[in-house]
Amino acid sequence: MHLASADALAALIPDGALVAMPPDNSLPSIAIAKALVRRGAKALRLLGVPVSGFATDILIGAGCVAEVETSAVSLGEAGFAPRFTAALKARRIIVRDATCPAIHTMLQASEKGVPFMPLRGLIGSDILANRPDWKVVPNPFSEHGEDPIVLLPAKQPDFAVFHAAMADQEGNVWLGRRRECATIAHASKAALVTVERVVEGNFLEDERLASGAISATYVTATAVAERGARPAALLDEYGFDQAYVSDYARAAKTEDGFRAWLDREVFATAAKAAAA
Amino acid sequence: MSAPAIMPEERLAATLARLILDPAAPPARHIAVGAASPIPAAACWLVKLLGHPVRLSLLHRRGGNPFTEGTRELFDLTGQGRIDLFFLGGGQIDGEANLNLVGTGDWPGTGVRFPGSFGSAFMYFMTPRTILFREEHSPRVLVEKVDNISAPGVSPPGVFRRGTAQALVTGKCVFRFHPDRARFSLESLHPGESVESVREATGFAFDVSDAVPATPDPTEAELGLLRGRVCDEMVETYPEFCARVWGRSRAA
Repeated sequence: MHLASADALAALIPDGALVAMPPDNSLPSIAIAKALVRRGAKALRLLGVPVSGFATDILIGAGCVAEVETSAVSLGEAGFAPRFTAALKARRIIVRDATCPAIHTMLQASEKGVPFMPLRGLIGSDILANRPDWKVVPNPFSEHGEDPIVLLPAKQPDFAVFHAAMADQEGNVWLGRRRECATIAHASKAALVTVERVVEGNFLEDERLASGAISATYVTATAVAERGARPAALLDEYGFDQAYVSDYARAAKTEDGFRAWLDREVFATAAKAAAA
Repeated sequence: MSAPAIMPEERLAATLARLILDPAAPPARHIAVGAASPIPAAACWLVKLLGHPVRLSLLHRRGGNPFTEGTRELFDLTGQGRIDLFFLGGGQIDGEANLNLVGTGDWPGTGVRFPGSFGSAFMYFMTPRTILFREEHSPRVLVEKVDNISAPGVSPPGVFRRGTAQALVTGKCVFRFHPDRARFSLESLHPGESVESVREATGFAFDVSDAVPATPDPTEAELGLLRGRVCDEMVETYPEFCARVWGRSRAA
């Protein structure tokens, strides 16, 4: 289904939902993150696939988040994520550290509908030591010794949330080579996708577009949000807005600075758009 | 007229390039370089432009990203053993080459929280060799024992592991890692450093031979490539680095 706005998509996400999002180099829907802040979402559980960035930091700062599972939280060149760090220190959020391929693997298990998948590495890391939900078993196929290996449970998010370049009339979305978004959509119960535009036709009928598309089978709802990944980049359409993120990183060093930033960039801009 | 002085970044890039080409190490046919790593990226381009056959997968290039199946493809390739060399750093690195990218104090980093482990807890095991790189060489980074282990330097027998650290390169020196005894030895000193100055800035104990050589200067050929074609390749991804080190702007 095609809805009117990112706010309409955000309204579908109930408090407490497990929401999977890509990081700043991989088509986050900043439009939906800001809409979740405006709707006053609470107790969200965020999954960074496989790491987290700007959207996660503003959602945490706005008090929308109870838990974060991720392999890192960073604003890239602008440094550490200030509201994440403050919330962790104040123990306002639960942080479940993972490592990048573990997050991909848990989602791939869900894609396949199997209860777990194995992953190499991890043994001897405190990441593993702090994950009682991850298990180490002897490789049942080993011909030489015990060969311990980590098993990761399938992870099925309630919602996949990301941005794509375009949707078609059939509800398929297109985002080129950023296939981690496809993995998130395949593994989740629902996918909510903002797009720059809706075009005529059907991507799956076009050999050049089909491989970069995600079938409407997996896409619950779309909405147009122009520049919806901003300040993150969108493929070859627009670049990363370093100045915007650096300005945010400075403002969000303090709670007051963050609140003023939210008023200006999340609440006031929406009020202005509504008035127009 | 004298040539421009060698920049510390140029020396580090040439030093990393020599480690990549170390004939005693497993071959580096395919190297992956992560985000925010201009000096390792410069070293890889230097190796390639010196004429060595190597495939580079630079993960954060906007154009021409090497992967078409999403970011998991890096880890799938590494899982198969098809990435030969990776670079890692850490908020803390200890004398057994354990890496802490999560934070200090109690789990999950209630002292100073670093961004997180990224793929280190997998890559460090599954890559035949890792070059550790951290410009800051201080007792707060190079510690006796990391507060938390994101990725261990060595593993007990029976745990599947293809390799570990080959070396640790800092702004002061090069350490070689010896997995058989889980210790570093001092391999070379950058200009202005001594065994004593390195010891003072290092929180862990390390082995020292009788005569520690100086880290070699980049050759004229290496400097020419770094300032020319390596910079050409890097300026889109690392505009600020290229402007600072080589005075190059993107438009030039």
